[in-house]
Amino acid sequence: MKTLAFVLIAAAPLLVGADDSFMIRGAVVHPVSSPAIENGSILVRDGKIVGVGKNLSVPKGVRVIEAKGMHVYPGMIDSATEMGLSEISAVRETVDTGELGKFNPQLRAEIAINPASEHIPVTRANGITTVISLPMGAGGEMRIMRNGGGSIITGQAALVHLDGWTWEDMDVKSDAGMAMRFPTILSASRRSADLPASMRGPNFEEAKKNYETQIRELKDFFEEARRYQKAKASGVPINPDLKFEAMLPVLEGKVPLLAVTSKERAIRDAVKFAEEEKVKLVIANPRELGAMGPELKAKNIPVILGPTLSEPQKADDPYDAAYTLPEEFYKAGVKFAFGSFDNQFSRDLPYQAATAVAFGLPYDEALKAITLNPAEIWGVADRIGSIEEGKWADLMMTDGDPLETKTQVKQLFIKGKAVDLDNKQHKLYEKYLSRP
Amino acid sequence: MKCFILSLTIATALTAAPAIVIQNATVLTVTKGAYIGSVVIRDGKIAGVGEKVTIPPGAQIVDGSGKFVMPGIIDCHSHIAADSINEGAVSVSSMVGIEDVLNPEDIAIYRALAGGVTTANILHGSANSIGGKCTVIKLRWGKDAHDIIFEGALPGIKFALGENPKRAGNANGIQQTANLRYPATRMGVEDVIREAFTDAKAYQQEWQDYNAKAATGVVAMPPRRDLKLDPLVEVLEGKRLVHAHCYRQDEILMLLRVADEFNFKIRTLQHVLEGYKVAKEIAAHGAGASTFSDWWDYKVEAADAIPYNAALMMRKGILVSLNSDSAELMRHLNDEAAKTIKYGGLTETEALSTITINPAKQLMIDNRVGSIEVGKDADLAIFDRHPLSNYAKVEKVFIDGQLYFDREKDLSERPGKEQEKKSLIEKEKEQMKKAGPGSRRPT
Repeated sequence: MKTLAFVLIAAAPLLVGADDSFMIRGAVVHPVSSPAIENGSILVRDGKIVGVGKNLSVPKGVRVIEAKGMHVYPGMIDSATEMGLSEISAVRETVDTGELGKFNPQLRAEIAINPASEHIPVTRANGITTVISLPMGAGGEMRIMRNGGGSIITGQAALVHLDGWTWEDMDVKSDAGMAMRFPTILSASRRSADLPASMRGPNFEEAKKNYETQIRELKDFFEEARRYQKAKASGVPINPDLKFEAMLPVLEGKVPLLAVTSKERAIRDAVKFAEEEKVKLVIANPRELGAMGPELKAKNIPVILGPTLSEPQKADDPYDAAYTLPEEFYKAGVKFAFGSFDNQFSRDLPYQAATAVAFGLPYDEALKAITLNPAEIWGVADRIGSIEEGKWADLMMTDGDPLETKTQVKQLFIKGKAVDLDNKQHKLYEKYLSRP
Repeated sequence: MKCFILSLTIATALTAAPAIVIQNATVLTVTKGAYIGSVVIRDGKIAGVGEKVTIPPGAQIVDGSGKFVMPGIIDCHSHIAADSINEGAVSVSSMVGIEDVLNPEDIAIYRALAGGVTTANILHGSANSIGGKCTVIKLRWGKDAHDIIFEGALPGIKFALGENPKRAGNANGIQQTANLRYPATRMGVEDVIREAFTDAKAYQQEWQDYNAKAATGVVAMPPRRDLKLDPLVEVLEGKRLVHAHCYRQDEILMLLRVADEFNFKIRTLQHVLEGYKVAKEIAAHGAGASTFSDWWDYKVEAADAIPYNAALMMRKGILVSLNSDSAELMRHLNDEAAKTIKYGGLTETEALSTITINPAKQLMIDNRVGSIEVGKDADLAIFDRHPLSNYAKVEKVFIDGQLYFDREKDLSERPGKEQEKKSLIEKEKEQMKKAGPGSRRPT
């Protein structure tokens, strides 16, 4: 085993920058879409998977990566991050996640992704090949609460590969979802009663009024966008409006609303709204399911689950409320994927799935929720999410179960290209380990 | 009432609780290897360990087949169970202390218990160069504020370096206060600490002079008691442990040198995310390091944080623990410990030591807790799998030999509690109806 690892490491530098055609041989292949294959092979040509199975013959001239004792999985997908949009969250100048204004469907996250962000190599070193990067912030929770405002539609979420010289190289789908914070009744917590008036949030009545205003504004905005759509379809010459232009794919059902909601009431509101407006919906970061299971299932509304390792919402909730939430969604028959809703902890995405398994979610479902499910939810399952012929070779090679922390990622391929697993943190480690 | 409780206590002491034997479990002692066998608990202490033990007559048997027993987890940096954290108005707030604001009803205590934690160091916040006094507690859920205190544990004091203590001096800081507070720089932070210990030394001298005179029978006026300097004198005399929040290597080194100058010890460096850069110096001073597993980049001084920090510091001879600083993270410190295996290659035992015996040593309570050894407090966590697996769940937690968390019991009590909650809500609604229109929910 040790020798093998050594051979792999020794071989690694040769692979970087080499061509994107090769065969991985002798590994346990976990396609996710079908049962695991012991002693399996994967043939990759021009960055795409062209063969998966046992005893594949090696075409002439194709280099072979011996992977006995290794496991190969599809690269993992984190369905909610601010990757490349936010570097050091406490430093305003490095944060591009929250624009001014209530309705910003024209904003494109992808063009603001810094491909040189230190978060990218750190995250992919743990096997994450693809992320949704979305503008989640809105300039500080306090300000939103005080003004009853803040952004409602925050911009277009992009699905990107964690490799590329430019954001164009990284692109998988630039308009994977239209991110929004669904209006909710946000009143001040009891704790904030100690704060000075200027820092305190609104009371319940004020918060309810704010919420009603926001819902009205949201409906008005959609109504205006519809009129724009009709006017445009009628052929009447109109001045282009970039906000409404950006709404067209949403109104046409091509791009889902990615609605951040936490409570059951907000989920219900969002579902009702999407139905009235006849738009596609993805629920993001719900902290409870309540009675919404049957409806989400019946309407095929998928969900992006936030960190499993979270505290319960209320003091009298069961201590494991957040741990068992994924199982609850699974039992309700709702399709879901996991998202870290973070940058620094994106690399811990598989452990979010593992805790859900500890508390009842079947293992295969947990693995799907970080591979195939997100690919399906974001409409790119023809390209990523499983090890199948015709898909891109986004592959993770490990020495064990990737949901266990102890497991090491040995090699990573994005579109068949071996990706460097080194990063700033590892470099610092090496440097200071050898400090005399 | 008091008398009644007293007599009850005596009664229980006389009719000693039956011994408990956890059988057939994989026991991870941390200090003495692992074995499959039993742990005997008697009178709150570990009374026997080994593959074969004599079972005391009448002992209660806990079947540990397929389970893993480890010492209760110790969190060297927590802010749960306290009603307030930061006295931020002054740069030296050593006159205040967490012990005065302990809240034994904080639900975070129960939740941390459910994650296998039995002991925690409850710290003052990081708003001041020299912060308030700290208290070590046991998570005896259900006991009062006095009885959760870890009896006999040395008290601590919080120091803080870097961005947090200088924030209130910065007009663009998060707290944007009209009243800027010194210091605003790392230079100022050093100065605040040196000024305070200069004062403390002089104050200590005054007392020493007075005591010397008094001892010879000379009538003298005692110095005025200074509540701010008393704890610093205790630091100088090794009676109070310094837990210093820090990030960057320069400030870490600065503090070690200031401590050397005044001849006291830094017991633990907290967070210490760049500790790996000055590991040699930390080891030489003898300070422990209590760090996060993989937090980074949330602020500038965390930009060079690396998940290899714990392992690297341990390899360079530092006593290392992992802490939570978070009521959430506190619930899965075992998962955090596993990261030291991934990043830096610690062994399983070394990984477990970062959340058990090492923090116990840092808090100087390792004669009582931190490992499974005969004579130590019976503070134990039973997991359904190896605690370093991400699939592991805590099933039972004992403190002083008493069962404080039992997952089975927790699960079975849920329907009843749900019912109780419903009926309380109904009752409140009834009362509001009776109180008539316009009545409001009590706030």
